[in-house]
Amino acid sequence: MRKVYLDHAATTPLHTEVFAAMKPYFTEHYGNPSSVYAIGREARKAVDEAREKVAAALGAEPQEIIFTSGATESNNLAIRGTARALQHKGKHIITCAVEHHAVLDTCLALQKEGFEVTVLPVDEYGLVSVKDLETALREQTILVTIMMANNEVGTVMPTAEIGRLCQERGIVFHTDAVQAIGKLPVDVNELHVDLLSLSAHKFYGPKGIGALYVRKGTRLSSYHFGGAQERKIRPGTENVPGIVGLGKAIELATSQMEEKNKRIKALRDKLKDGVLAIPHTRLNGHPERRLPGNLNVSILYVEGESLILSLDLKGIAVSSGSACTSGSLDPSHVLLAMGLDHQTAHGSLRFTLGDDNTEEEIDYVLEVLPEIVARLRSMSPVYEGNK
Amino acid sequence: MYTEQVMDHFTNPRNVGEIEDASGVGEVGNMRCGDIMRIYLKVNDQDVIEDIKFRTFGCAAAIATSSKITELVKGKTISEALVITNKQVAEELGGLPQPKMHCSNLAADALKEAIKDYQSKKK
Repeated sequence: MRKVYLDHAATTPLHTEVFAAMKPYFTEHYGNPSSVYAIGREARKAVDEAREKVAAALGAEPQEIIFTSGATESNNLAIRGTARALQHKGKHIITCAVEHHAVLDTCLALQKEGFEVTVLPVDEYGLVSVKDLETALREQTILVTIMMANNEVGTVMPTAEIGRLCQERGIVFHTDAVQAIGKLPVDVNELHVDLLSLSAHKFYGPKGIGALYVRKGTRLSSYHFGGAQERKIRPGTENVPGIVGLGKAIELATSQMEEKNKRIKALRDKLKDGVLAIPHTRLNGHPERRLPGNLNVSILYVEGESLILSLDLKGIAVSSGSACTSGSLDPSHVLLAMGLDHQTAHGSLRFTLGDDNTEEEIDYVLEVLPEIVARLRSMSPVYEGNK
Repeated sequence: MYTEQVMDHFTNPRNVGEIEDASGVGEVGNMRCGDIMRIYLKVNDQDVIEDIKFRTFGCAAAIATSSKITELVKGKTISEALVITNKQVAEELGGLPQPKMHCSNLAADALKEAIKDYQSKKK
């Protein structure tokens, strides 16, 4: 059976060049970067070079990059680290309703520890308003954490405007840029961010490696203790193959970005037109301000997990914000925050396209999806057509 | 995550549809959790379920349990049908993933509602 992978926001396949760059660091170059002899120095050099690549991709300085195990750790470190370092100044944190759980739940955990958290609402497209943010800022606000682009609906936030506002007020600004790398220009100075999280496996790098950009002079408390690695902020022997992979992956992801995204966007738009031609469907998220590969739609009168499984039986991998796939009894918090009712949220499907997708694959999806929808609707007690 | 039996009932559900002059209709579930099941019964004067149909909005577990229960009770008497539990339906399908046991395993409840409707109409 053919396989069509349309879930690149979940993870991406490892780029062959990234794999090739990593391989020697599992075997012949096994040294510990902290060792002074030759194989240790080799590993140190590889880590340093990767750090330079990550910094270059973000317009940052190499010493501003801290390697972590991925975006969850980067988000935890950024938020908890800032909260602890600045709690003498104030205990107020601002985030928004459509953040990834790695941000939202970290903020809510801090709330239990005595911090005050404002969760900004979003509009029907999933956009945060800079005006709302301005109103929410207080004397005691120590941190604003708002994602660059949403992982479910692909909405691109006004990050630079938020950053400028925070900079004017002298408030630390963190952004979860996990979905943005390789899709949007990410320059820490143009965006005025102090902290930025990223994860390699979202842009054809390996899993288990990420980074946190920490602007020079930004105070951050560590909550791990150990050796002197990563300026003691994130001690532990470096994941050398992972770091090398991250360096190579970010270099590849940010080169010829515009051409790659133009092609992906064209495929996405074709898919969008085809899916929305099915009656009783709607687009979720912003019509223009969205990531090039993201399509999120709701297919009314059917439930997301049934759609996913039916597509899986045809070899097509996509995801949904239905309760069955969210791990809770409620559907996606992102879709609910955008004002969708439960039925519409349960019927959501997310397609996220990547470098490896072809037009033929899109044609195949558009060929099988209408049949699947018709079959599930024929079983549905809420479908008008059955009444 | 799903057993072969679940996938079989999900991909080839038995007795989908509705019965026009049904002896009883039952519906359970709600849109908040994303599962709604409706069962239609045709019962003869010996209290035997001659025909049964369903329509379900929900995940594969919801569709499969609905389909399975129609198979289990077709031809059975009302009193035989009433003793079937949600747990039994899940077992007949070789089990369901744990999180699905509460939210999507409602077919026996829908059947009981349909029987209640039939009995109240009969009076």
